[in-house]
Amino acid sequence: MATTDVVPQEASGQLGQKRIVNDMSIQVATVNGSGSQSSNTVLLRSLFKMGIPVSGKNLFPSNIAGLPTWYTIRANKDGYIARKKEIDVLVAMNAETATDDVMSLTPGAAVLYDQPLNLSSLRDDLVFYAVPYDKLVAPVCPEAKLRKLVKNMIYVGVVARLLEIEMAEVENAVAKQFAKKAKAAALNLAAVKAGYEYAASNLTKHDPFVVKRMNKTAGKIIIDGNAAAALGCMFAGVTVVAWYPITPSSSLPESLIDYMKDYRIGKDGKATFAIVQAEDELAAVGMVIGAGWAGARSMTATAGPGISLMAEFTGLAYYAEIPGVIWNIQRVGPSTGLPTRTAQCDVLSTAFLSHGDTKHILLFPSSPAECFSMAQDAFDLAEHFQTLVFVMSDLDLGMNNWMSEPFAYPEKPINRGKVLTKEDLEARGGFARYKDVDGDGIGYRTLPGTDHPAAAYFTRGSGHNEKSGYSERPDDFENNMERINKKFETARSFVPRPEVTGSGKEKIGILAFGTSHWAITESRDQLRNEYKIETDYLRLKAYPFTREVQEFVEQHERVYVVEQNRDSQMASLLKLDLDAKLLTRLRSINHIHGLPLDARSVTDELMSMEGK
Amino acid sequence: MATTTAPSPTPAPKTNRIGLQVLDYRGGKTTLCAGCGHNAISERIVDAMYEMGVKPERVAKLSGIGCSSKSPAYFMSRSHSFNSVHGRMPSVATGAMLANRNLLALGVSGDGDTASIGVGQFIHLMRRNLPMIYIIEDNGVYGLTKGQFSATADMGSTLKSGVINDLPPIDTCAMAIQLGATFVGRSFSGDKKQLQSMLKAAIAHKGTVMLDVVSPCVTFNDHDGSTKSYKYMKDHEEPLQEVSFVPVFEEIDVEYDPGTTVEVTMHDGSRLRLRKLEEAYDASSRIESVHRLMQAHEKGEVLTGVFYLDTHAPSFIDMLNLTDEPLATLPESVTRPGREVLEEVMKELM
Repeated sequence: MATTDVVPQEASGQLGQKRIVNDMSIQVATVNGSGSQSSNTVLLRSLFKMGIPVSGKNLFPSNIAGLPTWYTIRANKDGYIARKKEIDVLVAMNAETATDDVMSLTPGAAVLYDQPLNLSSLRDDLVFYAVPYDKLVAPVCPEAKLRKLVKNMIYVGVVARLLEIEMAEVENAVAKQFAKKAKAAALNLAAVKAGYEYAASNLTKHDPFVVKRMNKTAGKIIIDGNAAAALGCMFAGVTVVAWYPITPSSSLPESLIDYMKDYRIGKDGKATFAIVQAEDELAAVGMVIGAGWAGARSMTATAGPGISLMAEFTGLAYYAEIPGVIWNIQRVGPSTGLPTRTAQCDVLSTAFLSHGDTKHILLFPSSPAECFSMAQDAFDLAEHFQTLVFVMSDLDLGMNNWMSEPFAYPEKPINRGKVLTKEDLEARGGFARYKDVDGDGIGYRTLPGTDHPAAAYFTRGSGHNEKSGYSERPDDFENNMERINKKFETARSFVPRPEVTGSGKEKIGILAFGTSHWAITESRDQLRNEYKIETDYLRLKAYPFTREVQEFVEQHERVYVVEQNRDSQMASLLKLDLDAKLLTRLRSINHIHGLPLDARSVTDELMSMEGK
Repeated sequence: MATTTAPSPTPAPKTNRIGLQVLDYRGGKTTLCAGCGHNAISERIVDAMYEMGVKPERVAKLSGIGCSSKSPAYFMSRSHSFNSVHGRMPSVATGAMLANRNLLALGVSGDGDTASIGVGQFIHLMRRNLPMIYIIEDNGVYGLTKGQFSATADMGSTLKSGVINDLPPIDTCAMAIQLGATFVGRSFSGDKKQLQSMLKAAIAHKGTVMLDVVSPCVTFNDHDGSTKSYKYMKDHEEPLQEVSFVPVFEEIDVEYDPGTTVEVTMHDGSRLRLRKLEEAYDASSRIESVHRLMQAHEKGEVLTGVFYLDTHAPSFIDMLNLTDEPLATLPESVTRPGREVLEEVMKELM
């Protein structure tokens, strides 16, 4: 608590107590399957509509119902939306975790708890508010079996009262949440009001946390990264999607199904797309490759274990030079690891996925807006370079709610790459599939079904010559390997460039990617405000690395590579690429506990490595 | 099969109904062993495609890994071909057909490629009734790795080394029927007439055609003790019907006896004629076909013919309600929704 950045303080009315305005994190501790998601969305939306920057992060178990779940809402006037390490307001709904939840709070935090849990005796440095949920829910919800769900709306009312959230916004949010169910809307609103009224007549505010309307969210949207990615793919002209359910990627194709049904049915009433739930990830990527070979914009979405299963096909696609887009919504380790926790732990395995000498183009979005825009980048790069492109999102980005500027309509026309039509073949008289005509390593291809006697070619792995004839000759193989490598080198100047911020003259550089960005932004302010340390920052957006990456390392004495994995995977990738003399400049800050990265952890670790 | 050769004063090369010669359907020189059943199947494919007048450019050849899967290089060089991953050709074929519904997908697999490593994808392909022809060139052994048993080898059959197979075979036809394939049959690479008729009917079918073609491996599985040898097939093949095929573009010159022959009208109007050799057999019944296949296993017969046919079931393309144009080449104006769509979605998220 003591370590938060500049705390705004104003004199409070009745108690003469300090007020902390628009700077807090609220954590709701509950069990999964209890329906608290609607309540949390209402809270998030109410704050958002009051103009206060917010983020919502769901920490959930791999389970359908009955295990502990935490939902954290951060409201911050300065626009920090990374996870905050400290919890300011705890809503303790889960008897099983209540004691631990309370014991982990920093002094001064507020606790809202279900009266029978009797938590107030646990500590004397917190502010406790008891709420008799069962007593309050009964009169507003006559139907006993619904009470478990409706009970959650009571805490929305209590929190609204205690934090001074505007009730009109809460009512709007409830109406939006239950837009298609008037009865449910009324029932839930009654529960919110019961909580609000209870708090008004029975609870005296002793904690400092309040919110106040501001104007920092006007015109913004709230969306999760997977839905943003789905939208991006739709506007990028995707036509074939094959997928297999795996957390945290499933909501990407599921959102896509919804959007495509709404907006991609042609005038003839027929689908301009095919979305297939495959039997496993091997089949999913096989379909993507078959479709890419036949000319579709094809994609799949998966997570680490699915990526592992796709390894063999990936190698074939690399050597046979077939386009396709794979979204890797990264998460922690195996399916019996922490599959519902976030990580950036597939960087190396994806970069070199498969057999033989393989390396793939990777894109690293850090926001929903980038999930949207990088969708087109990914398809364009895949078709331009005739290769698979991986978009490396993660659970935090994919499944959590993020504030964003509305997405800009894509201005770039779709790039379908070097595809020869019947007319092209007539003009050229034929073609050699794997010949480097243009000096960029990229050959010309034809699509099956092209109505010309010279259109066909035989597709197989690396055992072919320029004309796609079968060959095991060493020189054919070597030429082929070098040409494919040339494509990768060419790609360096086509992939999205990194974003570099700072004066460019500091001694310390920070290098990060993906969702770490939000913690880094806040951490750099902490370093400046608390330690008077200025930093420069490079946010990577793609592999292969562009020249700016080498330059950034050259310009800094020490470069802290921050990543959410144990083995410094991105730092390792950098070490393979950078000049040898620069390698000693890299230091690693790793974060591996499965929760979204927070600024305080980065600041503390960096300062300790700086010897301060 | 008769063709529509135009009468000409000078002898012109024989062509089919779209003016192509049989040469236009040929492929590269085979690298398989002399006498390999797979080569005979390649020849039947060439003949069937030629006689049906299929444009080679419309055909997509797809295969997995193994001797069988190499064979697409040895027929129809004017067709695109994809020699993909061991056991996973079904997914590649599915993707290709989704991308371009106008293709005629011809998959060539083997018994190892299908019944072992690829059994999962095989099963799900059959369930979807994807329009494609799926041929298993079935010899009961892995040839490229020098003669190990595959999962279609019969119990009790022996390897050249004398090793006896202890495990029951997978009957890919019974499986395909149970799973939803709409045209299922078994043939023998050495039965030219039957295989050719079945292939032509396959070309006319809209849905998954699964043909298991026993195709002896002369190098590793043609000895005494093998149940996939030429000799064994000669002694044990038990055809269910005499299969003949009348393409839609041909006049019917021979009437048939409805008492002994069933005529099935295919999607394109062609007719498949099955002259029954077993009075009671009904190829439109899944129950009966699977029953008869199980019976054949008990009797030690290698049953051949068209086991099951359903010309009415919707294909995967129908189920997905795909637009008529190939998805692969839809223009940006169709695949990228307009600005107003993005505005509408953004407004909803505010």
